[in-house]
Amino acid sequence: MIEIRDLHKYFGSLHVLKGIDLDVQKGEVLSVIGASGSGKSTLLYCINGLEPIQQGSVRVDGIDVHAKGTDINKLRTKLGMVFQQWNSFPHLTALENVALAPKIVKGKSRDEARDIAAKQLTHVGLGEKLNVFPSSLSGGQQQRLAIARALAMEPEYMLFDEATSALDPELVGEVLDTMRLLAEEGMTMICVTHEMGFARDVSDRVAFFHQGVMEEIGPPAQIFSEAQSEHTRKFLANVR
Amino acid sequence: MQPTVSFFSGFNINDLWFLGEAALRTLWISVLSISIGTVIGVVCGWLLYEGKLAATLTLAPVLDIFRSVPLIIQLVLFYNFAPIVGLNLDPFASGVVILSIYTAALVANVARGGIEAVGDPMRRAARSLGMTYWQDLRYVVFPIGGRAVFPAWVGVALGVMKDSALVSVLGYVELLKASQILITRTQEPFLILTIAGAFYFALSYPISRYSASLEKRWAQ
Repeated sequence: MIEIRDLHKYFGSLHVLKGIDLDVQKGEVLSVIGASGSGKSTLLYCINGLEPIQQGSVRVDGIDVHAKGTDINKLRTKLGMVFQQWNSFPHLTALENVALAPKIVKGKSRDEARDIAAKQLTHVGLGEKLNVFPSSLSGGQQQRLAIARALAMEPEYMLFDEATSALDPELVGEVLDTMRLLAEEGMTMICVTHEMGFARDVSDRVAFFHQGVMEEIGPPAQIFSEAQSEHTRKFLANVR
Repeated sequence: MQPTVSFFSGFNINDLWFLGEAALRTLWISVLSISIGTVIGVVCGWLLYEGKLAATLTLAPVLDIFRSVPLIIQLVLFYNFAPIVGLNLDPFASGVVILSIYTAALVANVARGGIEAVGDPMRRAARSLGMTYWQDLRYVVFPIGGRAVFPAWVGVALGVMKDSALVSVLGYVELLKASQILITRTQEPFLILTIAGAFYFALSYPISRYSASLEKRWAQ
């Protein structure tokens, strides 16, 4: 379970997150929507400690992410993250990309790591591309590679930071399908997304962020058809 | 009648061996200096990148001095003034010290460029997988950044190898010094400098060919 309490984040004097309170249960799929600059992505970075926070707390399975004594690297193996830019390691093949972290972070043997990698790549539909370098993969394939790379650490939570925003429109579908597959398998997911169809169909809850505040949260049906907040209605009217 | 004593004699096959041996000395002092300098340079580049105030204030000006002052001046100054502080180094050791520092000063900025080339998003992705700072450096930044600045590094290495000719002013008999000795004896500067040039080319060309083939392989 992820518990976020009164989370404040500043970039210099810019107040990016203004007191976020949010719980995400095991097995839940939460979509986070909102305009650019509303703090959605920053929230994900704060959850796995890639950004320090200035006030409040984030707990993952009871462990305080930002506390001094926390082994953040160990905690991050629980929190898979997929970025807008897929960031595949260009000097490694698809298989090596996925096998690297299990090997050096979890100390798996070379063969074990490669088995895990092959399994996860097959899982995301890249079973044919094991020995291909990222430069000969499409954007959608590279993003699925990034998903496999995160899954290879056997995370309990997956954080998606606009995983489809940088893709050509015709490649968005394959990545969303992969995310759907994970959701169906019961993965706990927080998806920052601009894909309203995905948010509506796949999520258990949808949170709307507006200028650093979580304006509204609820089941998709509620957010998309009977939003309480003026800002939410305005945003949804514009994106549809 | 006694033959007159001759100061000059023509170029012969033994001289070619003499030059070849000198070329090996050039190769040796270059390999040693470039290796040591690269290691120091990479560490300095990392310090510059991390940009801790102390590093920027102390290291950057020092590196600038070694990059900006002509190598020949550094060599002569170091060789003649090191004994004053009790460092009695022979020409070879002095040459290695200065060439290494000179290489380090050049490599530092190449290395910093390499780290910058990797970019924060890539490093965040690595860290998000649970890699430590050092694992990220070792397995992500070093190979990716290293490939990005490899051509620049080869340029530095080839430059330092040619600049090692300047160690001749300290009396170390490498390729250029050997050529000068032979020229004095044979009075055939054109021939001997051509041969010396060919030796330098023979040392450099395989390196640039090899690096080009490496780049090609990485580019796939």
